[in-house]
Amino acid sequence: MAIWIEEDAKVLVQGITGKQGHFHAGKMVEYGTNIVGGCTPGKGGQTVELEGKEFPVWDSMTEAITVTDADATVIYVPPPFAAEVIMEAAEAFDSVKGEGVVICITEGIPTLDMVKAVAYVNNRPGVRLIGPNCPGIITPGEKGGAKIGIMPGHIHAKGRIGIVSKSGTLTYEAVAQTMSIDEGQSTCIGIGGDPVNGTGFIECLAAFENDPQTAAIVMIGEIGGNAEQEAAAFAAENVSKPIVGFVAGATAPPGKRMGHAGAIISGGKGTAEEKFEAFKQAGIACANDPSEIGSVLLQALKDAGLR
Amino acid sequence: MNIHEYQGKAMLREFGVPVLEGQHCTSVEQALAAYDNLNSKVVAVKSQIHAGGRGKGTLYHPQTREEVMQGGVKIAFSRDEVETYSTNILGNVLVTIQTGDEGKVVKNLYVESGCDIAHEYYLALLVDRDNKSVLIMASTEGGMDIEHVAEHTPEKIHKVIIDVNAGLLGFQKRDLCLALGLSGMSLRSFGKSLTAMYEMFVSQDCAMVEINPLVKSKSDEIIALDAKISFDENAEFRHKNWDQLRDLSEEEDVEIRAKETGLSYVKLDGNIGCLVNGAGLAMATMDVIKLYGGEPANFLDVGGGADEEQVKTAFSMIMEDPNVKGILVNIFGGIMRCDIIARGVIAATEALSLEVPLVVRLAGTNVEQGKKILAASDLNIHPANDLAEGAQKIVSLIGGDE
Repeated sequence: MAIWIEEDAKVLVQGITGKQGHFHAGKMVEYGTNIVGGCTPGKGGQTVELEGKEFPVWDSMTEAITVTDADATVIYVPPPFAAEVIMEAAEAFDSVKGEGVVICITEGIPTLDMVKAVAYVNNRPGVRLIGPNCPGIITPGEKGGAKIGIMPGHIHAKGRIGIVSKSGTLTYEAVAQTMSIDEGQSTCIGIGGDPVNGTGFIECLAAFENDPQTAAIVMIGEIGGNAEQEAAAFAAENVSKPIVGFVAGATAPPGKRMGHAGAIISGGKGTAEEKFEAFKQAGIACANDPSEIGSVLLQALKDAGLR
Repeated sequence: MNIHEYQGKAMLREFGVPVLEGQHCTSVEQALAAYDNLNSKVVAVKSQIHAGGRGKGTLYHPQTREEVMQGGVKIAFSRDEVETYSTNILGNVLVTIQTGDEGKVVKNLYVESGCDIAHEYYLALLVDRDNKSVLIMASTEGGMDIEHVAEHTPEKIHKVIIDVNAGLLGFQKRDLCLALGLSGMSLRSFGKSLTAMYEMFVSQDCAMVEINPLVKSKSDEIIALDAKISFDENAEFRHKNWDQLRDLSEEEDVEIRAKETGLSYVKLDGNIGCLVNGAGLAMATMDVIKLYGGEPANFLDVGGGADEEQVKTAFSMIMEDPNVKGILVNIFGGIMRCDIIARGVIAATEALSLEVPLVVRLAGTNVEQGKKILAASDLNIHPANDLAEGAQKIVSLIGGDE
């Protein structure tokens, strides 16, 4: 099973002829992702070589989805154009097949552009947006799998731990921690560090709860906003599977943007302390340090009779 | 990105929001000339810094740190008072609840006409993360700290969530006016200002517009008496005018240079420098240093694709801080390869003749090659296998947390 993205999902790449898009498309093919082509307006009809194979390029997403019956698209388009590209993908999936997953990797999209794009996507209920400013989503397979984004594929293995995180490299850290106790991953999702994004923690928790492959969840948050607190309240009521949590930014000074646009403590709200407290209240097992995620997860699995 | 009150008011005026007459000054002479020009019996003499709480702040002499005056915003009733206040403000350090103990040197002043106030309101426009939309927040409790109002009398804060595709609608403005008890002429004046502010917020890519207080004058006019405006830095590419609005003296020099080279750096007060890839991991690295009794000197994210040169730049930025007694490098290689980072670390250590202890933790892509490269060098680099071990090592190498 896994969530949202199956191992053999058919994937398009928007911005496949750009430097970033081309590089990462190659890495995805190398991992085993079922890339079916790409979209770059003005370059339709051309092909792109990835790992020694040729892949078609289309001018429009509607055309690309109609021909390939793609399940998902991943966006590597510069910030000034990214929001519109998200909307194009959402409309194309909605009109051609009524569903699809749009993954946006781009960092630095203006917040008000994202406000519009998220409202647009939400008007098309079959379409899911992941990101922006995120590493993407990966469902490791027995051999290969679906790596959709910029994460290093080789650190993953198929398994039963679901991972959801706001941060890229901390997700990799969590993956390595699961591997250190001989556990693989069902699906890993980076939801991104921007203040306005698509899929949030709660939707991920709900999907993992319903996914038979997932036995336990690792959730990694960071300072800013209150998505973690809401997720904790949701988990307390709706998630029966063990959850391990960590929040980055306990030492961040208030009012300073810590790299991610969303990682800022404003008006004394959104601190790591507040979020850890909400996790504990909800019965989430907390790691004080990312290097502890493995041991805390192992204990949580044992407590649940899963090891 | 923040701007000064005087710049914010110029922008509000441009969009049609009523503000009082005022002049931006950088000297006592200019302040006196402003007083003469404004022809107002009462004027406000206002310190311009990028921090709130100015009115309740205290001014100190920059060298002796002797107290000069209470209050960074003063009401002057005469030319002499304008002279006294502007002399006491300009060039001195203003410490407010938001500046930290260091405070900020005041280089800019705003001299503004007075007005007869009937009531003070609070008004803010911001991007609301929960609703993923623009939010207007207003209260009858103007002039007060809004966090205080939110905590003690939350029923006095009224919110309007805007559907960006529909824009700010007439009924939303009317509802807000009714909630604030506005009627007649002030209702129309408020509605007009609200439309103008929303237009400004969207077209200028604001992150936050806070008017505290927004006042109703005795002649029933709505006037913005303060203006705290910040912009969404992601939208910089479509606002060429921001270069002129930016006050670089309000930002840390090294943070500006970091941004120019594609690094993200925030200076902190500790003594352990950090070099990390990824914002989340960089924050977690600081947290873990603290967990093991150390204090981080900075937040530094070199991003996902740093090369040898950027690693070198990052090291030199860390070493500019005289408090740094040791450095922890924490890299989880994804796209970034550990062997490249290892070479960068060695090149930087040699080029900068680094003398402080250095702990390097590498994981991810090409980690074995990276570790070999570090081990083969005769430099004094301490390897670590995970973040906890790295933090413990650097804390003990610099002699604990004293």
